[in-house]
Amino acid sequence: MSDQEASPTSGIIKKFLYVNRRAPHGSNYAQEGLEVALVGAAFEQDVAMAYIDDGVFQLKTDQDTSEIGTKNFSPTYRALGDYDVKKIYVEKESLEKRGLTQDDLMPLVYEDEDDDWAEKPMINLVSAAELQDIIEQSDVVLNF
Amino acid sequence: MLHTVNKSPFEKNSLQTCLRLSQPGSSILLIEDGIYGALKGSDAAANITEHLQDRQFYVLGPDLKARGIDKSRLIDGIEIVDYDGFVKLAVEEPKVQSWM
Repeated sequence: MSDQEASPTSGIIKKFLYVNRRAPHGSNYAQEGLEVALVGAAFEQDVAMAYIDDGVFQLKTDQDTSEIGTKNFSPTYRALGDYDVKKIYVEKESLEKRGLTQDDLMPLVYEDEDDDWAEKPMINLVSAAELQDIIEQSDVVLNF
Repeated sequence: MLHTVNKSPFEKNSLQTCLRLSQPGSSILLIEDGIYGALKGSDAAANITEHLQDRQFYVLGPDLKARGIDKSRLIDGIEIVDYDGFVKLAVEEPKVQSWM
């Protein structure tokens, strides 16, 4: 690596937003999006997740793939907090359209190092208008 | 005739087209992401509620379970089948049309 390139620990931190718009088990998008986000977080980037459209189904509680013969990656969402991901945005309009409420979503938390490692909720319900600003303020937006 | 739908009604129009082009008396089985069409209280629920009187609707249980959708969340009148039930429907009906 030349010394002009940014190494993972050189201190260049960008705001990454991972936009997830697909349901979890009908295609690979959801699992790929989650894994790539964890990679970004492992490289000490400022990672936020957005769940929009059918992407909100990824966060549904009680997913159990034992009868469809695929890997259940649903528990992996709980690892986001361990990778220092603190921001998950779920679009309210997408939830409502699907007859879901926040109670249907996994209660994901992170430990806040600035507050004696208290567990804090990661999921923020946001309106489309708020999400516009979040997308606009991100440095890198990746879509799954 | 048995019609299967495997796409989410929020992402694709497979369910709408299936309902438009299937005859009254048809059996409609929702599988994979198609099961989201069975959610009570969603914007897509009218697709099914408007056809409950002249179509028989089924949903594949293992696909519901994978997606964390409890049977209490389904539109009333939809029957849950397992894989054996899927096979039984496919054998009983003269033809199968897959809306993908």
